[in-house]
Amino acid sequence: MAKKTHVETTLNGDAREFLVEPRQSLLETLRDVLQLTGTKEGCNDGNCGACSVLMDGVLVNSCCVLGVEAQGRTVETIEGMGTTDNLHPLQQAFIEETGMQCGICTPGFLIASKALLQKTPNPTEDEVRLWLAGNLCRCTGYDKLVRAVLKASKAMEAA
Amino acid sequence: MHYFDYAAPTSLGEAVKLLAGARGDARILAGGTDLIVNMRVGRRKPGLVVDGKHIPELNELSLKTGGLTIGAAVSCRRIWEHAEIAKRFPALIDSASLIGSVHIQGRATVGGNLCNAAPSGDTIPVLIALGAVAKIMGPKGTREVAAEDICVAPGKTSLADDELLVSVFIPAPAANSGAFYLRFIPRNEMDIAIAGTGVSVVLDAGKKNFVSARISLASVGPTPIFAREAGALLAGKPVGEDSIQLAADAAQAVAKPITDMRGTVEQRKHLVKVLTTRALRAAVERAKGA
Repeated sequence: MAKKTHVETTLNGDAREFLVEPRQSLLETLRDVLQLTGTKEGCNDGNCGACSVLMDGVLVNSCCVLGVEAQGRTVETIEGMGTTDNLHPLQQAFIEETGMQCGICTPGFLIASKALLQKTPNPTEDEVRLWLAGNLCRCTGYDKLVRAVLKASKAMEAA
Repeated sequence: MHYFDYAAPTSLGEAVKLLAGARGDARILAGGTDLIVNMRVGRRKPGLVVDGKHIPELNELSLKTGGLTIGAAVSCRRIWEHAEIAKRFPALIDSASLIGSVHIQGRATVGGNLCNAAPSGDTIPVLIALGAVAKIMGPKGTREVAAEDICVAPGKTSLADDELLVSVFIPAPAANSGAFYLRFIPRNEMDIAIAGTGVSVVLDAGKKNFVSARISLASVGPTPIFAREAGALLAGKPVGEDSIQLAADAAQAVAKPITDMRGTVEQRKHLVKVLTTRALRAAVERAKGA
């Protein structure tokens, strides 16, 4: 059995240390080791985007990253995005546009949308659809999600 | 997932030593979009995973007069975000920006795509069409191999167990040249090519005749196919539909697809001709604009 590895990372802005086996994905590390269950497991093979996180600011599927790879890097998850009292504009827009039903896909959509708006604050509808193609929702359909992202983009610009 | 050891060497020498010590029981980790998924389903079970992302040479992305060097651990996203590379190597961007999703492109690498040796690997036909050369490091030093000689069977490369891909080098595009990658998938995004074609053409100064061309096909054989003869047919021919049809027919003739859940032999053969035709037309347009 491979020994556990000590990993130091910056998680949602805070320095964190943890122990993981090399075989544990970043998704498993977040959920099972760090108890951050906001990041969801969907397909677990890089197709559905439910486990999206930002690593050094880059959007990735955490199921396709090893936990040990977080060593010395920054990781941002849905837990770092907003609070109940102070929602991120994207979260607010998702509620207003009913961009969610079962909610399993929602954290991934929010993280991916945040990554998009960081890079392209004023995306076109086509850009939103292309960017979110890596996130699957089987409940809502995509129109509400796309509308929510476009609405948040305007709200963030006005703020 | 099975138990394995993880190492993150910071030099090429260290990596080669680790590979030699593992005696064939190691895999290099670049983006992980194939390796980690394959390990999870038990398709690969290396005892040692060697993370290549801490080796400087594997992170190189440099554009010089002679050409472009892409380290084996450079993500597709780093490539398409590089404005100058996007301008000078648009065919590379055609493929690097359509692999999986943006999420996948943040991790997936051209080097990993090549070494994963999937028949459908989208960047491989582009590397072949652009005349890319792979730099491979082993215990005896480095050697260079043409991109078309890397994939030897589904999931298998011509690299020895103790060798690793350091980088691929794409020579600077010739004057009056253009390249294009086109694939067919049933959806707009997030799918595996049912057939794909990467082409590059060089035209003469008047842009009236083909000087040379290279054509490569994806998903229509056990490995990406270099349709050498199909491209060679264009040399000296006038730029136009007749020449393009000649090459597209020749490309279709060397395609050896199978029928599987994604497509039939007949469909894939048909697609090769359509895609080669369209990719050649588009590459000519790029060459004319160059």
